[in-house]
Amino acid sequence: MTARIVLTVAALTLHEAGRRRVVRSLAVLMVALLALSAWGFSLLDAEFGTFTSGESKMAASTVLNLVMFGLSLIAALGTAFLAGPTLAGETESGIALAVLARPVRRSAVLVGKWLGLVTFGSAFVILAGAAEFVVVRSTVGYWPPDPVAGLALLAAQTTALLTLGLLLSTVISPMASGIVSVGLFCATWIAGVVGGVGAIFDNESLARVGTVSQVMLPTDGLWRGAMYAFQDPSLLALAGSPAEGHPFLSQAPLTGAYLAWAGFWVVGVLTLAALSFQRRDL
Amino acid sequence: MTGPALDAVDRVLAELPETPAVWCSGLRKRYRRQTAVDGVSFTVGRGEVLGLLGPNGAGKTSVIKILLGLVRPDAGEVLLLGRPARDPRSRARVGYLPELFRYQPWLTATEVLDLHVRLSGAAVPAAERRECLALVGLADRARDRVGGFSKGMQQRLGLAVALVARPEFVVLDEPTSALDPLGRADVRDLLLSLKDRNVAVLLNSHLIGEVERVCDRVVILDKGRVAASGTLPELLGRRELRLRLDGVGPDAEARLAAAGALTRSGDAFTVTLPAEDDAAIVPALVADLVRLGVRVHAVEPGRISLEERLLDILRAGDTEEHP
Repeated sequence: MTARIVLTVAALTLHEAGRRRVVRSLAVLMVALLALSAWGFSLLDAEFGTFTSGESKMAASTVLNLVMFGLSLIAALGTAFLAGPTLAGETESGIALAVLARPVRRSAVLVGKWLGLVTFGSAFVILAGAAEFVVVRSTVGYWPPDPVAGLALLAAQTTALLTLGLLLSTVISPMASGIVSVGLFCATWIAGVVGGVGAIFDNESLARVGTVSQVMLPTDGLWRGAMYAFQDPSLLALAGSPAEGHPFLSQAPLTGAYLAWAGFWVVGVLTLAALSFQRRDL
Repeated sequence: MTGPALDAVDRVLAELPETPAVWCSGLRKRYRRQTAVDGVSFTVGRGEVLGLLGPNGAGKTSVIKILLGLVRPDAGEVLLLGRPARDPRSRARVGYLPELFRYQPWLTATEVLDLHVRLSGAAVPAAERRECLALVGLADRARDRVGGFSKGMQQRLGLAVALVARPEFVVLDEPTSALDPLGRADVRDLLLSLKDRNVAVLLNSHLIGEVERVCDRVVILDKGRVAASGTLPELLGRRELRLRLDGVGPDAEARLAAAGALTRSGDAFTVTLPAEDDAAIVPALVADLVRLGVRVHAVEPGRISLEERLLDILRAGDTEEHP
């Protein structure tokens, strides 16, 4: 019975995304980003004549990671601003009253929303990311070493952020929850860059900023794992290790422990959200 | 207690004969420093229409939300259709029209009903869902998005949502707040048809006339407490009979006076009848009057209106508190 409620609400959430033109506006953004990156890559290709093969790989990897960062930002903004209104907005407007007076557990409704949002966010990231790979391949002939793992990590990053958005929306207003989750997302990314800079200068406390923030909110850690899967492995072997401290290059793949932590983090935040939603007076 | 033991308790509770539609006892709820509900207890029998009355802020909507598990009470127990209200399954046969009614604006009216049928777990064929929309006057808007509906149409849709999953108990919180007079009359007919089908109804309404016409019993809330409750005759006490007559001779006047205390102004006569509800009194009186040669133009049974009684109760409550 609970599974039926979860699936019904997940389908309703996808339905909402489709009908509310979220899909259309994301598609427009995606096409704009793909077109811009195609243009950029073709300009880059024109310059490649003077580059060494190492330099051209470095350039292609960096620009691909930059574009993928833009894409993950769109996915983050889109899902965070969808996650907030979908729960907090419904409790504020009264839509939730009629739904939750049915023989349903609130946790089942929440997990259904989450599942719908995860499906939507992951589908967007995977489709847009795969399209970007095709653009890069056809313009500069670069193909990332591990596209499947990279896209999966990007989808996981989106999932982590929207789970946080869902938790926030059970306690604060819809707009605030969107702003706070996107703000935290950006702050963690900056903290990750700061941590990278700390690593260059062997400044331990600076480096710890990045590590701590990547544990608190795993979006940046997952993003760095995704970048590693997108960039050419030979880059790290290049002299001077250009990846160190570089915001759009990653130095190491993710450890199994970190992935497990990210999974645990998502489940934990979702459980907190369910508990907070369960206790809420409507 | 473990899960199976709880299930066994539930089964026993569900199998008890004639469990009321609602039983609640000692409900309490505080919002920060404001007490919204303070020791409210009442019962709604199967097939009974109970009116919930009271001034703004009396705690009516809070009580309704506690019954439906939307608000957690600080204290008190609720049984819905024989099951504890903390068990979601207790709401399987409950329909609800919230005071703040809004439905997914991106869905069509039909899709909203489909959603609620799925969530309720009931097997309701499509034809019956269409009938339900037709019942509230939305048959020709079934395929339109709810976002384009007026307030009144959304409230009609809310009624359909409350009724679609074959409920045994329906909670209507201000069901006519956005309806025109025609819509209000429709709701009245709907309530009477629910009563015929033995569906219990909890009706919260500011329109006292509406409550008076359809409710079997009334609970009056004031400042979170039950100020009075009972059947309408119990609450309203004496009844009157207003008649418009001509050709009233001394015999006829004596017959009228025998029925109860009589007052007369011109051709208008008012007889105060005894409180107990004896259905034979009025027809017997009219038959006697006709035999005595009186021409009967109008016979109108009346009570002290519920509105007057409600105001009395609320004012009495105020003076008790501020002597």
